[in-house]
Amino acid sequence: MDFNDTPEEAKFRAEAREWLSANAKPKDPSKVKASVSQKSEAERLVRAKEWQAKKAEAGYAAITWPTEYGGLGGTPIQSVIYSQEESKFDVPGGFFEIGLGMCIPTMMKWATKEQCDRYVKPALFGEEIWCQLFSEPAAGSDVAGLRTKCEKDGDEWVINGQKVWTSGAHFCDYGIIVTRSDPTVPKHKGLTFFFLDMKTPGIEIRPIKQISGGSGFNEVFFNDVRVPDSQRLGDVGEGWKVSLTTLMNERLAIGQGSGVDYEELLKLARETELENGPAIKDSNVREKLADWYVQSQGLKYTKFRTLTALSKGQVPGPESSIGKIVSGPKMQDLAGFAMDIQGQGGVMQDTEESSMAGAFQNQWIGAAGYRIAGGTDEILRNIVSEQVLGLPQDIRVDKNVPFNELPGAGSKK
Amino acid sequence: MNFDFSDDQKMLKDQARKFLADKCSYDDVRTVLESDDSHHDGVWNGLCELGFAGAAIPEEFGGLGLGALELCVIAEELGRVAAPVPFSSSIYMFAEALKLGASDAQKAAWLPQIASGEIIGTLATAEGTQAPSPRTVKASFSGGTLNGRKLPVPDGETASVAVVLANTGGAGEQALSLVLVDLNQDGVTRSAVSTIDPTRGHAEINFDNAAAELIGDEGDGWAMLKRVEAGAAVLMAFEQVGGAQAALDMAKEYALDRYAFGRQIGSYQAIKHRLADMYVKLELAKSNAYYGAMILSEDGAELELAAASARISATEAYRFAAQECIQVHGGIGFTWEANPQFHYRRSKLLALALGSASRWKDRLVAELEKSNVA
Repeated sequence: MDFNDTPEEAKFRAEAREWLSANAKPKDPSKVKASVSQKSEAERLVRAKEWQAKKAEAGYAAITWPTEYGGLGGTPIQSVIYSQEESKFDVPGGFFEIGLGMCIPTMMKWATKEQCDRYVKPALFGEEIWCQLFSEPAAGSDVAGLRTKCEKDGDEWVINGQKVWTSGAHFCDYGIIVTRSDPTVPKHKGLTFFFLDMKTPGIEIRPIKQISGGSGFNEVFFNDVRVPDSQRLGDVGEGWKVSLTTLMNERLAIGQGSGVDYEELLKLARETELENGPAIKDSNVREKLADWYVQSQGLKYTKFRTLTALSKGQVPGPESSIGKIVSGPKMQDLAGFAMDIQGQGGVMQDTEESSMAGAFQNQWIGAAGYRIAGGTDEILRNIVSEQVLGLPQDIRVDKNVPFNELPGAGSKK
Repeated sequence: MNFDFSDDQKMLKDQARKFLADKCSYDDVRTVLESDDSHHDGVWNGLCELGFAGAAIPEEFGGLGLGALELCVIAEELGRVAAPVPFSSSIYMFAEALKLGASDAQKAAWLPQIASGEIIGTLATAEGTQAPSPRTVKASFSGGTLNGRKLPVPDGETASVAVVLANTGGAGEQALSLVLVDLNQDGVTRSAVSTIDPTRGHAEINFDNAAAELIGDEGDGWAMLKRVEAGAAVLMAFEQVGGAQAALDMAKEYALDRYAFGRQIGSYQAIKHRLADMYVKLELAKSNAYYGAMILSEDGAELELAAASARISATEAYRFAAQECIQVHGGIGFTWEANPQFHYRRSKLLALALGSASRWKDRLVAELEKSNVA
């Protein structure tokens, strides 16, 4: 048992590190995690595009993709090694993950060769950004219950409806969308999938203001949006099958959370005086600190077990599915407890007065969303119990019923 | 990255699993529950014949000379079947204490018989319900004799020899020493104490001018004990992981078999999510235990931290799996004839065997404080 790289892995790591050192600055260790960038989104986007182009040029932007699309034709473990090394550098991110993690892999599986030739490389080099248009106001966890409809008109389709929680729609160039082509059949059977230009007439994007005050998500409205039939991915009525490609990639893309963790809580407990002495000497604080330390380590070493499987060329076991179930509530509870330690002062969300510039307060607010995005805690537990433990699915009352006869769905809007 | 057991270690695990599946069913565990026996002789002798007791004892003292990782895979299998055997007392505690602190003469006197399984050893620290510490330990050793009372002592009725935590009169932590005592002598009397898990015998032992000798230096007992406990915590974590897995498997099987309101109860989210939570805690525990195993096998500097993490995580996983296993079973789970009780009992026994989770959380944070002084 050891954490060492194989000789090939060590070589790849050294090359990646060398390239990163030549092209990026190491992270400033004194900088507090989860601190909010002061730069505007537009400024960050410019910087991110530059970085993405540089990275793609070197082959590191899509290590596992085939070389014909600008990938490196590498292995999953190489991809992980590069990420580990990159995480030590101060590089911009947050714009291309959904496109490259979910949309483009879906294109590569379902689009024509010509379409892939046209769209994959520009996405990889950061020239074009993609978003995913799945969720709707009435279709979240049950995304197949979506209502946005598409109707065939000659060689085109006409799309009407509304999508929601679309990350980055306001700066995206293209999107993938799943719509309902036939409401008279059961919900999974009446869906059709497209990709489209986000500048197409009839698309209106409105940012959603989150409880954190930020606006990472949008509502996207479709009013008679016309899409050529050539931009359909998969057969008519096979949209669910195509969606599964995207969703499978989502599970891989959504990892464990970052942000303030036990190290910051330890620091806070040392710096903070409670009524009866330093917080770090309080047995309740010590128990909680130990619990979160153990959870963090458990996740870290679970990841190492996954990496071991990858390193041996095996498919990782189901243990990799637990990350988000553990880290979501942990982020929320840890941040909330850190605020408790600060007593009345814990309510302050102030870069000057709050401990660690308000990082705990920011995380406490943000974590409420993290537990929902990319699969709620509850959906993830369904996945673990059904796909890992082999327990039966819940009874589906909507399974064999035409979508437009479902209560609360298609028929009565 | 090679964070896994080797193929040889996995083969050993397989061998242990096959033997125990054959010889240590829940019915076999039940015979110990329903008798006055301290452990199951047949299972214990079989394990010793396979060489498991001596797995990590050096060859010069009659063992196989394997390492901690081999003990870990055996421990996981013992935990899975809630084996009613004195393996932890004799091996993780007694033999490891001797390996750590005893003279070659002491090792030569006792380890070969421990390795063969001819005799059982144990570690006696507790004196009732007060946490054993330099402030509370009353058993005293001076002039080669030991006086005092220890309980509960695991396998105290059947053990031939014990390492005992005793007061030797120094100040603070230096008050305590570890002493080696032959339990088959006139100055030693013992009787069984009843516990929540009768499949693992415990006893009260009284020492009345019993002959004993120091292990290591006088006044080093507390520090040595902590090191022994750290190693035992990792090994026991594997038993707990094995037990938690068995409890999860048992609950899952029942959830698939049992119908209520016209469907398998395993199709209700109230049950599915509970089982998912068991699985999540188990995976975290397994990962922490693996790290503990790696550090223990290297005798790494981070042992205290890694051992505490392994123990806290595994204790939580087993606690939750064992108690919720009964809950998933409903009424039948609370009956004497059903099997969930074995893990419910064992989970609490192991949770307290080296002191409670709270104690280990305190130890863990004490380490974090040390390692992180700015």
